[in-house]
Amino acid sequence: MDVGSGALFLAVFLACMVEAVEALTIVLAAGTSRDWRSAILGVVTGVLVLGLIVAAVGPALTTLPLGALRLVVGGLLLIFGLQWLRKAILRASGLKALHDERSIFRAEVTAASAAPAGRRTVVGDWYSFTLSFKGVLLEGLEVAFIALTFGANQRNIPLAAFAAVAAVVIVAVVGIVVRAPLARVPENSMKFVVGVMLTSFGVFWGAEGAGARWPGADAALLVVIPAVALFALVLVGLLRRTLGAGPTAADSVAGVSR
Amino acid sequence: MPRQVRAFVGFWYDFIVGDDWTVAVAVIAALALTYVVSTTSIPAWWILPAAIVILLPMSLWRVAHGSSGSSTDEK
Repeated sequence: MDVGSGALFLAVFLACMVEAVEALTIVLAAGTSRDWRSAILGVVTGVLVLGLIVAAVGPALTTLPLGALRLVVGGLLLIFGLQWLRKAILRASGLKALHDERSIFRAEVTAASAAPAGRRTVVGDWYSFTLSFKGVLLEGLEVAFIALTFGANQRNIPLAAFAAVAAVVIVAVVGIVVRAPLARVPENSMKFVVGVMLTSFGVFWGAEGAGARWPGADAALLVVIPAVALFALVLVGLLRRTLGAGPTAADSVAGVSR
Repeated sequence: MPRQVRAFVGFWYDFIVGDDWTVAVAVIAALALTYVVSTTSIPAWWILPAAIVILLPMSLWRVAHGSSGSSTDEK
């Protein structure tokens, strides 16, 4: 596996795992507090809609010329990736609350318990259905976006799809066994890594798509990815110092500071 | 604009651009500059990394000083 393919697998796998953990929390809240049958129906419908979107957009992306694809998708990926990275830095530096699946689960259960019951056609509990459906679709759209853009740019959508499916299967199996939010998954650290990967690939592909030639071609990624990671860690350190907090940037990113 | 269309456009705007539109505008400007420079004999690969070095701290600075970052999305 070359550098690009390895990075493609890692980025899609981590992004997908993070989103799958978040979707699992929502589905668990809907199922345990309301109605499992409706919640699972929502999951199945969400997955089917996602599948239709991917089936429609995926083949269209692969027909685009590589230069145009890298310019447009690289640019989108960079804008999208900078959002992830910015929020990951804010979390690691203490300027934004860390993502906590347990508290999200409690909030979802409280909201679900207070919502009125209602039946529509084959759906026994409409609230559980829509909560699960939206959770799967919205979290899944992020994964589909990352998997399709990475896969199309690397001309390897099957590898991106494999990484995405592997992450979802692992989270689903663990979720079924544990039957609780996967609060021990180091989500904040994973989001930081995904932010670094999205930004790095956005920079690399965006520049190539705009006509730039990287010194060392694909090997430039071996410099770009660590450089973006290091820069982000430095920014975390600077922000923490500004706020007067104690732990190091690396501790914060590893999620051990609180 | 009908409500559904507004909601659809709003969703994709939030999804891609998020709560700091200046980053998106600056990235597009940096890509355009990369294209222009790449048509000359000057190397253009450094423009996007340089843009990140400027953009990211500026965006974070705005949040730290309370003028942005009120987003509640959990990306």
